[in-house]
Amino acid sequence: MEPLSWSGDLGAFINPILLLAVVLFVAGFVSNFAMALVGIRPGEMVVNADHTLSLHRTPVDFALMAMKYAVLVFAIGVAGYIIGGMILAERGGILGGMASRLTPVWISMAALFAVSIVFKRKLGLYGKLFDSPIGMVGFALVMFWILAAAFSGVVAPHGAITVISQMRNEVPGTALPSPAEGQYAWYLLGGDNLGRDVFSRVIYGAFEVLKIAPLATLFAFMVGVTLGLPAGYYGGRLDTIITFMANLVLAFPVILLFYLLVTPEIVAAGIPNYLSMVLFIFPIVFFVVLFNSRFRTDPPRRNLLVGGAIAIGGLAYLSLISNPSDPNLPLIFRLWPEVLDLFDIPGNLLIVFVSVVFVNSPTVFRIVRGIVLDIKTRDYVAAGQTRGEGPWYIMLWEILPNARGPLIVDFCLRIGYTTILLGTLGFFGLGVSPESPDWGSTINEGRRLLTIYPHPALPPALALMSLVLGLNLLADGLREESLKD
Amino acid sequence: MALFILRRVGVMVLTALCLTFIVFFLTNLAPNLEKLAKTQGNARMSDAEVASWLDRNGYGGPLIVRYGEWLGVVPGWLREDPITGEWRGRCLARGQDPEGADRFCGLLQGDLGYSTVSADEVANILGGRLQLTGILMFWAFAVMVPSALLVGVLAGMREGSRTDRSLSTFAIASTATPEYVSGVIFIVLLASSQIGLSPLLVEWGWLDGGTLFLGSARSAMDNVTFWNFTLPVMTIALYGMGYIARMTRASMAEVMTAQYIRTARLKGVSFRNIVLKHALRNALIAPFTVIMLQFPWLLTGVVIVETLFNYNGFGWTLVQAASNNDIELLLACSIVAVLVVLVTQLISDIGYVFLNPRIRIS
Repeated sequence: MEPLSWSGDLGAFINPILLLAVVLFVAGFVSNFAMALVGIRPGEMVVNADHTLSLHRTPVDFALMAMKYAVLVFAIGVAGYIIGGMILAERGGILGGMASRLTPVWISMAALFAVSIVFKRKLGLYGKLFDSPIGMVGFALVMFWILAAAFSGVVAPHGAITVISQMRNEVPGTALPSPAEGQYAWYLLGGDNLGRDVFSRVIYGAFEVLKIAPLATLFAFMVGVTLGLPAGYYGGRLDTIITFMANLVLAFPVILLFYLLVTPEIVAAGIPNYLSMVLFIFPIVFFVVLFNSRFRTDPPRRNLLVGGAIAIGGLAYLSLISNPSDPNLPLIFRLWPEVLDLFDIPGNLLIVFVSVVFVNSPTVFRIVRGIVLDIKTRDYVAAGQTRGEGPWYIMLWEILPNARGPLIVDFCLRIGYTTILLGTLGFFGLGVSPESPDWGSTINEGRRLLTIYPHPALPPALALMSLVLGLNLLADGLREESLKD
Repeated sequence: MALFILRRVGVMVLTALCLTFIVFFLTNLAPNLEKLAKTQGNARMSDAEVASWLDRNGYGGPLIVRYGEWLGVVPGWLREDPITGEWRGRCLARGQDPEGADRFCGLLQGDLGYSTVSADEVANILGGRLQLTGILMFWAFAVMVPSALLVGVLAGMREGSRTDRSLSTFAIASTATPEYVSGVIFIVLLASSQIGLSPLLVEWGWLDGGTLFLGSARSAMDNVTFWNFTLPVMTIALYGMGYIARMTRASMAEVMTAQYIRTARLKGVSFRNIVLKHALRNALIAPFTVIMLQFPWLLTGVVIVETLFNYNGFGWTLVQAASNNDIELLLACSIVAVLVVLVTQLISDIGYVFLNPRIRIS
């Protein structure tokens, strides 16, 4: 097999187009900047005597137009690589190969965008997202990685830990020395220092990251909301105590906390398990109080919902925190009978998860508390109090729904921040496991030979950056659109 | 005002006590001590031997007493070796007579203890390392703060304009790039002899061999140059910059919609004068707080960058101490880290009150 070049047959057509777009953009930018310095302004609308409007284009307008079309041409070029790659596959070089491997992602993304844009007026805040270009770009980036993670088994050409030792540190596009029947014949983005496929590891890494980050953020929100609502609503001594504890965690340098929580000796002492015991009880408390306060006046329904929350939540909670088959844990985590232990989270995963939740929840607490302090002075809260509603009803069913805007925006931002934290853990070798394909660990492995072999570390770094950037842009778009009404 | 500062300092001391106790507790857990005994003594010690080793070396007593000793409010431990008859103690140098030695030696007396891994006084190790990190922090701040303020003010002075949108996108992108990502990209782009800019520049003859910048800051520990220090400084500055810029932009945009700015415009003051003389001062109050609160964030950044660029400063020491279970060194590091966080919080609170005359603390 021949090694692949970057752009293959497609390059001859598309590369000049991309080059043209870049040259056009730079020329437009430079001339625009120069003219702005000289003092030439873009043309402004002029109202004529006969009530018509006229606009005289100045050179600045033409420079801006050039930049706009350059971006458009560039986007067409990129789309050309994707579509061309889907048709030509490996004849389109490395880019074509990647585009064709990602075919299911492109198709589902196109379908999702088509449906969303058609029905955007009926979809509430989600639909409004498609009015803001920035929000759309962010949503596309995030959906790309979510879909890549969902289809990781189909997209990735090789296994995450399949080692082919001849491929150690090989450059992108290298063909396998002796591909078996049905095996994908190239390492599209090269091999890492052990001879694993970098492209496949990035795709599986997306799955690893997206498995933990949103769920951990959700748990942090449960903890933060359950503590922040009463702290803000009641105030007083309760508020002082919880705020002091939140500040304690916030004053702790994150990196030191991670080192302290994740080292094997601390794990052997069971500290993360005790922490998970405390942290994971909050979602159950949250749901029990939520249902109880709402259906207090309707006992049969209340009993059903609260009972259900306790039964399901309790079972999940006990299965989660206890692991009777691990003899190293303290006795308290081995009491729950094996038969009822639905699932075991591998030790390291639980620790990483718990530390991330622990670090994030005080910030969420502060945000929720701040919002509650603001909202509780509103008239509808006073009206609820006058009606004789209980404090928890007011907190969970009056205040919380009205705080959803900022909370949704912060949720998006916080998933990004959690992704960065997970990457930090991986970067220091404290991640899920040494051979886990998550992006932080992969960057950590690649950085040792960075100046000689940059290709193993660069793709996961760019992947992490694009996911976090997408989440930030999405949050920005959501904020902008939610402020409009 | 004095009462306010006093109360804040009180809370700060309480927080510092709690945090150091947590670190002390976590580093002195039984498995940690067992590992310490086995690395210092003999790897194949039995449980009883481990216990006796710990007792002989002052790790035997109850946790709270040892914390007191470390803090310097409880007299340091003192034991006579039953075999050699030699006195050993927390405050004693090897072979020193217990008569005439200090009774208390802890944090309050300025004694940070002894690093078991480096076999040196913690204070000696930490001093030099902190100085190195100080240099790094100084340059990072010198780059980060002015450029972030400039970006934020330019973006915020005409909200919604094209400049605003492009600068805001840049700020978002920079907050989305953590140090270990930007560091990797910088090294590949600017400090690799294989790809990126350097081979291109060499080919064009603009650079005679070597790379544009150095991918390791090890030589910067002796001699800081533009060549070896740019990348670590840029890496730290980039991540923090976006956040400060966004805060400055928000604050600037808010000030620009204020009544007195409109009055100034209607009076015919030029836009340049409005921005420089009227808006800027009020717009910079909020970013001040944010800049001070960046310190604890920078700490994580410093740890990452020092590890990535092999710069043996404070962050590197922290990582080494944590991974080698060097208890006293780690405790000292955490003291420094916690103090940095708390003191900057205090300064930001007090500074905010001073800068903003509308806030009065009764």
